[in-house]
Amino acid sequence: MGTIRELLAIPLLLTSFRFATPLILAALGGIFNERSGVINIALEGMMLFGAFAAVYGSGLTGNPWIGVLYSMIAGLSFALILALVCVTFKANQIVVATGINIFASGLTIYLLQVLFGVAGTSPRVPRLPAVRFLGITRYNPITFIAVALVPIVWFILFKTPWGLRIRAIGEHPSAADTLGVNVNKYRFICVLISGTLAGLAGAHLSIGEGSAFVREMTQGRGFIALAAMIFGKWHPVGAFGAAMLFGYAEAIAIRVDFAYIPSELIRAIPYFITIIILAGFIGKAIPPKAIGKPYFKGED
Amino acid sequence: MSELQVAKTETGDKIKNVMVELGFSLASIIIALLVGLIFIVLADESPRVAYGALYVGSVGSLREFMNTLWRSTPLIFTGYALALPFKAGLFNIGGEGQLLVGGFAAGFVGFYFTGLPAILHVTLAVLAGMVAGAIWGLIPGILKAFKGAHEVITTIMLNYIAVALTLRYGINRFRIGGRQALPIIQETAEMLRLNELAEMPVLGRIPFVEIFALPGLRLHFNFVLALIAALILWFLLWKTTTGYELRAVGFNASAAEYGGISSNKTIIIAMVIGGALAGLAGAGEVLGTHHTFISGMDAGYGFTGIAVALLGRNHPFGIVLAGLLFGGLSQGGLEMQFVGVPSEIVTIIQALVIFFVASLQMLKWYLAERKAKGEAE
Repeated sequence: MGTIRELLAIPLLLTSFRFATPLILAALGGIFNERSGVINIALEGMMLFGAFAAVYGSGLTGNPWIGVLYSMIAGLSFALILALVCVTFKANQIVVATGINIFASGLTIYLLQVLFGVAGTSPRVPRLPAVRFLGITRYNPITFIAVALVPIVWFILFKTPWGLRIRAIGEHPSAADTLGVNVNKYRFICVLISGTLAGLAGAHLSIGEGSAFVREMTQGRGFIALAAMIFGKWHPVGAFGAAMLFGYAEAIAIRVDFAYIPSELIRAIPYFITIIILAGFIGKAIPPKAIGKPYFKGED
Repeated sequence: MSELQVAKTETGDKIKNVMVELGFSLASIIIALLVGLIFIVLADESPRVAYGALYVGSVGSLREFMNTLWRSTPLIFTGYALALPFKAGLFNIGGEGQLLVGGFAAGFVGFYFTGLPAILHVTLAVLAGMVAGAIWGLIPGILKAFKGAHEVITTIMLNYIAVALTLRYGINRFRIGGRQALPIIQETAEMLRLNELAEMPVLGRIPFVEIFALPGLRLHFNFVLALIAALILWFLLWKTTTGYELRAVGFNASAAEYGGISSNKTIIIAMVIGGALAGLAGAGEVLGTHHTFISGMDAGYGFTGIAVALLGRNHPFGIVLAGLLFGGLSQGGLEMQFVGVPSEIVTIIQALVIFFVASLQMLKWYLAERKAKGEAE
């Protein structure tokens, strides 16, 4: 009885939005690159570097909004590496993305030491203003941005010629090429969008929900975002729903004490669900056909 | 041409190929170290001091060299864990999770089984680790073979499930006291350490063995297992039918299927062996290095192993060499930190190696393409 009441408590449900924010942003980014046929397991690293850059920008200027700008540039710069090496030079996407994740982990700790002279946690910097919502909870502006982006991404992908081309090159790049779509240019841009959004997700973690950078602070959220994208079947609205569910799982793992289920395992629920969905035990998730394959002109 | 001549040119080609592969790997390392200089200079440190410390800290003395071998051991295993499935066309990103469940199982058996003779106990604990890792490889293998679930995503998810099960839940459930670790394993489950060899009854009589009896020398028996595994894997891949089938499926799955090879079976075998080897890496860290399953024991080995496999060109012997190099970088990084240079530069160099190996691979492909075009015209 008590547990159910706790689970359905309004504050808890509203808190889920805060946990879901980075997942929504990175998942929307992931939808762009995966729909265009590029797999991106570097969301984690891009988010981590974004989180660091946000703190640096905010601390440098005293303006957290500059921090937000820095985070997006940071995500973009890592995406540029991925796009250049994998789309232009057609190297293996999984290998390079793994490299980016390792790079992000090393680089942020290195920068903590070089720029702030600390090993684990950065000094505190100005954080984004929190806005009261319904008099119950507070959200930072990035949460509103994330939710607002869901219909926008849906519109771009499904209602504009631009979105149609992205979806076409993810399914059948050579057919799109025949119709005059520059496959690699579109993929390049989609990867950059993806990185920018993942960077913004990082800013939410460091200067949205807190006011400092902690080493490895993303803690696998980039991969949970990937899971949300798959669970949402590469659709913005679906990914939003999945991100909310996973955000809720994180919220209850922290706030609710279950008598028989260890809270450590509740956090693993998103990962379980993703495996089950991918295996098609309930409602199979089918990725874009050309995913992960570099496009060479003149080959099928 | 006589048969002998044909055989001779074939060996010649083989040697040439090996040299080319080695050359590309070496070039990647050199470029990565050069780009690493930028990060050293930007940190206002002297490159000579930083790379000097890296050298001294990794191969500067007998102890440091032996510790380089020790550091390389889990990396060599996780390198195999990627490489073997890769030969069958699969990307096993799950080394990290397989290592964790392997380490946890070994630590569990190491503590809870008591009263066993040492050889039996340590063997059981090692096997427990391998079986746990194998199961963690079997799951994505089955899902790939029968359900078509992309192994990259399922192995990533299983990594985090392993973290939740072992590092979080497992440790909290079974720990004694405040430390984030399982209880210390029984002495009978400890893996033989090189610096304890001189005190052993029979092995202690090996000549010069006492020079290894140094405090802080951490090399243990798992390194020997890593070398034996290289030989076994080489034999498996190139001298057995299973190995042939594995490579055939990786080369062209539908052609192999047409030739009567079950690609499902092959995929599962590759993932199970890969998982077992990553599990052995975890078992070695628990039984030989920490003597307990402790938070942080994974140290990202699963992911670094991907770089090791890549640099080692997915060949067992290449992986041993690449593992030694990466082990040396990690070990030398400690000395770097000691002289005041951020040791994370080592992690950055490791990531750079991945970028350059991946990019140079494409350069090679591009050159071959141009050459083929030139010959056609």
